[in-house]
Amino acid sequence: MRSGRSLILDTTVRLVVDAALVLSVYLLFAGHNRPGGGFVGGLVVAAAVSLRYLAGGLAEVRSMTAVPPWTFLSVGLVLASGTALVTLAAGRGPLDHGAAEWDLPLLGHLKVTTAMAFDSGVYLIVVGLLFMAFEGLGETLRSPGDGEDGDR
Amino acid sequence: MLLLLLALHAGAGIGVLATARRVGRWGLVVGGLAPAASMAWVASRGGQVLDGDAVTQRVDWVPQLGLALDVRLDAFAVLMAVLVSGVGVLVFAYAWHYFGSADHVGRAAGLLTLFSGAMLGVVLADNLLLLYVCWELTSVTSYLLIGIDDAEPDARSAALHALLVTAFGGLAMLGGFVLLGQEAGTYRISELLADPPSGSTVAVALVLVLLGAFTKSAQYPFHSWLPGAMVAPAPISAYLHSAAMVKAGVYLIARLAPAFADVGPWRPLVVTVGLTTMIAGGLRALRAFDLKQLLALGTVSQLGFLTVLLGIGRPEATAAGCALLLAHGLFKAALFMAVGIVDHAAHTRDVRDVPILGAGWGPVRAVALLSAASMAAVPPLAGFVAKEEAYGALVQGSSGDRLVLAGIVAGSVLTVAYSLRVAAALVRPDLVAPSPGERPLLRRGPATGIVVPAAVLAAGSVLLGVVPTRWSGLVDGAARALDPGGGAHLELWHGITTPLVLSVVTLAVGGLLFRGRRRVAELQHRLAPKVTGTDGYDVAVRAMLGFAARVTSIAQPGSLPIYAAVVLTTAAVVPGLGLVSGPWWPGWPELVGRPAHLPIAVLLVTGALAATLATRRFAAALLLGVVGYGMALLFVVQGAPDLALTQLVVETLSVVVFLLVLRQLPDRFERRAPAVGQPYRVAVSAAVGVFVVVMAIAAAGARTADPVSREMSEQALPEGDGRNVVNVILVDIRGLDTLGEVSVLVAAGIGIAALARAGQRPRRLPARRGDRPAVEEASR
Repeated sequence: MRSGRSLILDTTVRLVVDAALVLSVYLLFAGHNRPGGGFVGGLVVAAAVSLRYLAGGLAEVRSMTAVPPWTFLSVGLVLASGTALVTLAAGRGPLDHGAAEWDLPLLGHLKVTTAMAFDSGVYLIVVGLLFMAFEGLGETLRSPGDGEDGDR
Repeated sequence: MLLLLLALHAGAGIGVLATARRVGRWGLVVGGLAPAASMAWVASRGGQVLDGDAVTQRVDWVPQLGLALDVRLDAFAVLMAVLVSGVGVLVFAYAWHYFGSADHVGRAAGLLTLFSGAMLGVVLADNLLLLYVCWELTSVTSYLLIGIDDAEPDARSAALHALLVTAFGGLAMLGGFVLLGQEAGTYRISELLADPPSGSTVAVALVLVLLGAFTKSAQYPFHSWLPGAMVAPAPISAYLHSAAMVKAGVYLIARLAPAFADVGPWRPLVVTVGLTTMIAGGLRALRAFDLKQLLALGTVSQLGFLTVLLGIGRPEATAAGCALLLAHGLFKAALFMAVGIVDHAAHTRDVRDVPILGAGWGPVRAVALLSAASMAAVPPLAGFVAKEEAYGALVQGSSGDRLVLAGIVAGSVLTVAYSLRVAAALVRPDLVAPSPGERPLLRRGPATGIVVPAAVLAAGSVLLGVVPTRWSGLVDGAARALDPGGGAHLELWHGITTPLVLSVVTLAVGGLLFRGRRRVAELQHRLAPKVTGTDGYDVAVRAMLGFAARVTSIAQPGSLPIYAAVVLTTAAVVPGLGLVSGPWWPGWPELVGRPAHLPIAVLLVTGALAATLATRRFAAALLLGVVGYGMALLFVVQGAPDLALTQLVVETLSVVVFLLVLRQLPDRFERRAPAVGQPYRVAVSAAVGVFVVVMAIAAAGARTADPVSREMSEQALPEGDGRNVVNVILVDIRGLDTLGEVSVLVAAGIGIAALARAGQRPRRLPARRGDRPAVEEASR
């Protein structure tokens, strides 16, 4: 472990980050009817990731996911533009969304809209962009956790 | 079927290009199938089309905008297709032997196929915009083909020269097409010609279109790219720069002339430019020593001739132009091939160095002599028949036409002289220019295979000359397709007529000119302008680059404070002036809506003022954060939790990013003399601040229609299945906007990655140099 890392910061960050990730998923799903949505949800993940970065540098950020950042971007873009194509193919306007409702055991009433898929695409793109930024700039912009006189 | 043929070219070309290295010279066979198929199909439909029954095909593309792929094969298109695809097949056969197993043969084959398809597209297009697209595709393939030997700086700069000139003309032409299409209400060429618009807009449009045609067909003063393009290998010169591409401009002129020759400046412009080109090109050809340059300048001259004949808008001249178009394609391509064979064997094509050609060279010499004779219009060859038609067409005309005729005779005299120069260079080169050293003797002739395509073309020149009935129908049909009042009946022997006398005089004077070549050369040396078209091009390019550099240095001084000052001043002043010029002041709004506003306002103002006064960067960044969080509070109070949430998270992120960046910068703001002085900064800040406040108040009071948000709120649940209006707007009502924005985000992500890598390279390479190639480093 590098010098300059604070145990208190580390522990707090872990707790807060997990909570923030849960919150972001909640925001994504709740977004259609309550405050939230894919964009805000993605930004909350971004804030969580930046906390990890402050605490432990790029290595910590990389350890959060095994998926490379450009996969987030591409899957998100495919999901978002795919939704547009699907709605187009369904004979509606592009992104004129449709919904389906079921009553399922255990889960209760479930309503799924194509808007959800689109919003998930937005979410993934925001998350991917942030990982991309840390991947690209994180080494140049050394984080406090790296220690002032680490490898210079 | 027509579109299928074009698709075949594209498919074969791209296929060969994709596998260029593996297919090698076999790419020529695969690629050559496309023009061969076109030729066969055109031949099978030829009779029907020549009777006036054009083949058309239409595929709708964007019907709402009236965009469609319209192609049309009429008799004139048949004539051009014979040149494009017929000569094309022969060029592919010639290239098989010429390139052998050279490195770039596969690439050349693919590009030649693509070019062939694009050129066929130009000829078949019945829509101005489709024609333009194909036109530019020929420019691009020509660029790549001239520069096929991309390790050679000369080839690269010649390719760029050709591209810049033809693309400049092409853009002008596009402007002309749009004007023409808007004025006529249709972009279909056949409809446009059937009912031509008129007026001053059309005159401007035509000048622009002619600019495109002149650059493409190497007319003065845009001719200089064509001699430069001679760095390309012989098959490419024979195909693009004699038979096919340079004819595109002439083709367009021929298409439009019957309908537009009487409009505005068309006729004087076309005749002046054409005659100047014909004579100046001929004079330059008499001075050339490089055989390919000589042929290229001859092509420039002949293209001027064609421009006059096809552009003057007289039915008889149009017919003569059709005949000359074909005759020129035959003899010029054959000559290029012959010179290419000599160049291939002797590795020089300078008249002062070419070797004596031994006994084995009989067939090549025969091809060259026959073709040069056809170029000089010696009976009984195709060139003669065509020139008789040309003379005959203009003899009957008005006094103005006779003046044109005089110019053409003068140009033809020069043609005879430089044709003799070409012929002599291959038979007895010392006649043209003495060699500085001993001329070697080339005993062994070339392989038979490489001579056959050129021989076929030369045989064509003879056959069409001796039996004019063989192509009379084709030329007649083509002329009628252009101008229903036209038509031609080609004859070898018209009896003793004025045209015949003129032909004999032309040949005699041309012969004399060649006899007195030494004196002519001296005279030319003294009188010829020292400034060439290439110099003009160089000056133009340099001036443009200099201008761009000056503009850039003014617009982008590289100083962040100056950029910020310019942007902010513009933002405040321009809309500000627009604001105060109308009834703009709705009166003060309610200043404090809720009690909670007051403490938040105090927080915001204090934070903002403190940020400007802070002397440490960290402090300033944190104070900006205070302002941002204050905004979030304000949103909460106003009942906009969505907005507040977003603002909160974004603010957090920006504070983090600020802190990261600021760690690399000095702790305190520097106290250097700023690029933008303190008083001006204060003035700009104050102006922006006042403007924003006034703008907000004015905008809030300026509403005349119901806000769109009301309708959106009403529709959110029934239409968008959501209660969160903001989210429904984002993903449904304005979903396409969001899609565009996230696409920008993805692009930004890619940009960040690229920039970060570019920034890392210089720092990393020294440590790892030699370990791994830079390419691998970049693609890691």
